[in-house]
Amino acid sequence: MLWETILLALREIRRNIMRSSLTILGIVIGVAAVITMVTLGGGATAKVTSDIAKLGTNLLLVRPGQGFRGPGRTRSTADMFEVDDAEAIARDISGLTGVAPRASQGIQAIYGNQNWSTTVTGSTNAYLQVRNWALENGRQFTDGELRAGKAVCMLGATVRKELFGSQNPINAMIRLERLSCQVIGLLESKGQSSFGTDQDDFVLIPLRTLQRRIAGNTDVSAIYVSAQDGVSTKKVEQDIERLMRERRHISSADEDDFHVRDMQELVSTMTGTTRVLTGLLGAVAAVSLLVGGIGIMNIMLVSVTERTREIGIRLAIGALERDVLIQFLVEAVVLSSSGGLAGVLLGIVGAIVGARVLGVPFVFDPGIVVISFAVSGAVGVIFGYFPARRAGQLDPIEALRHE
Amino acid sequence: MKTTASWQTGQQALIKLQGVAKVYGKGPAAMHALRGIDLRIGQGEFVAVMGPSGSGKSTCMNILGCLDTPSGGAYLFEGVDVSKLSRDQRALLRRNYLGFVFQGYNLLNRTSALENVELPLIYRATPAGERRARAFQALEAVGLKGWETHTPSELSGGQQQRVAIARAIVTNPKVLLADEPTGNLDSARSREIMEVLAAFNKELGITIAMVTHDGHMAAYAQRIVRFLDGVIEAEEQNGEVA
Repeated sequence: MLWETILLALREIRRNIMRSSLTILGIVIGVAAVITMVTLGGGATAKVTSDIAKLGTNLLLVRPGQGFRGPGRTRSTADMFEVDDAEAIARDISGLTGVAPRASQGIQAIYGNQNWSTTVTGSTNAYLQVRNWALENGRQFTDGELRAGKAVCMLGATVRKELFGSQNPINAMIRLERLSCQVIGLLESKGQSSFGTDQDDFVLIPLRTLQRRIAGNTDVSAIYVSAQDGVSTKKVEQDIERLMRERRHISSADEDDFHVRDMQELVSTMTGTTRVLTGLLGAVAAVSLLVGGIGIMNIMLVSVTERTREIGIRLAIGALERDVLIQFLVEAVVLSSSGGLAGVLLGIVGAIVGARVLGVPFVFDPGIVVISFAVSGAVGVIFGYFPARRAGQLDPIEALRHE
Repeated sequence: MKTTASWQTGQQALIKLQGVAKVYGKGPAAMHALRGIDLRIGQGEFVAVMGPSGSGKSTCMNILGCLDTPSGGAYLFEGVDVSKLSRDQRALLRRNYLGFVFQGYNLLNRTSALENVELPLIYRATPAGERRARAFQALEAVGLKGWETHTPSELSGGQQQRVAIARAIVTNPKVLLADEPTGNLDSARSREIMEVLAAFNKELGITIAMVTHDGHMAAYAQRIVRFLDGVIEAEEQNGEVA
């Protein structure tokens, strides 16, 4: 009986194919918009997450000064760290995979007649590990080079491109201001960070080389700490705070003059933001589903009026109120869910194209497809019910007389 | 006014109207369509209902067809008081015991003759195969073999009415209610229709109540009930049709 009702509904829809198509257009657009928006939003979230993961997973950043005041800015009154601090962290705190002290400053890098304004970062091989940098070519620092502060360097992809173009820079000598420095390794490109800065625009040299031959001090401006998988970064953070307070002789009444930042927090903040945006866009798109539902209700009311006589005939020959109600309800649901189906297809195509245009990954989410399809069906039930009930409640005598 | 027992004693009274009244509207504007009707129709009878427009015969047919309920009196269908039934119960009664033939045919447009005839069986949840077979049979019985796939717009008025009759009898109803079934047809077509109806009455024993304006058509019935101003003015037995 239900199957026959569905066939009947399909036949009715086919009879008025033009009108049916226009009727479901609202649902098609609504479902397509929801799927496109949510899928693109999911792609953006995935991109942000993976970008931040490139910073290093389970990464903690210890810097002098209180709190985060924008990139690279610390409170001038706070003392810088020393290499000893990093070594103390590595020695005293358990559950770590790497500790990398870092100092950096802006510098002119020169090769032949090429001149590029970049950042020089002094650190150890641990820096590559904690920040998830991979070597594309060449080698890391040797222990001897690190200890002795040799003039060797690894280049970020941007610096390499600016100075060398397509030439092979391995073993070439570049100048960092007055320091002549041999290129021993090339780093893989990470591209832009989520904050829009070029992560590949830097030269990495041994920390000691930077301190002695460029900066002329023993300052360490940041310590990168990576925790083992499964180790709570919160606990590591607390351990570091306790150790640093001790080493920096901060009395219990005073506040920290350094801070520890957990990249995990950053991830959740950033993904939280994109999720909210996705939700808002999806909600706006969902409004058009509502509008589509009203369109269906309108056409179903017209249809009931047009087919009053048919309803009269059906009631006269023994259709129950419920039979007629179900017939029209099924018709509305078949209409709206065929709109939903078309919307799903259109939405997926839209999301694929949109993902390509915006440069975010296409993350297919079957959940939203199922949900928006179900909603389109529900729209049919909700907005089809009123016209269907009206059809079922017609007086057969009046309906038969209807011209 | 003849009140002789026009239905033979011993014949069961399938339909019994007792003092049935129908009033439309209220107060001084109230319109009394029926003012107390007593009518009995026996199993297997063929009754013609005649009367001028506004005499209440259509209202009476609507009540007989369980499409309308009386405002007063009782309507017993096989002893069941229809006026006490709910809307859905009356629909079930129509579904299982009644067949309708209308003046305007009332077929579904753009739907083949076969599907039109199948329609009442769908509501009786008859399996598709049996439904189809019975619809073919019914169409053959009204002389429309070979016309099954034609839609109403491809059929003449007489053929459409025969499809409507096939739709009415396909369920093997106890009673067939015909409201001016020949009102839109010429006399030759009308006679054809009447012969089909008379044959069903005779061969299948289907009880028929038919409204008509035309004395020639009424002549096919066994009994004629004449309405005037909401009351039964006369009932007469038709001698020549037996």
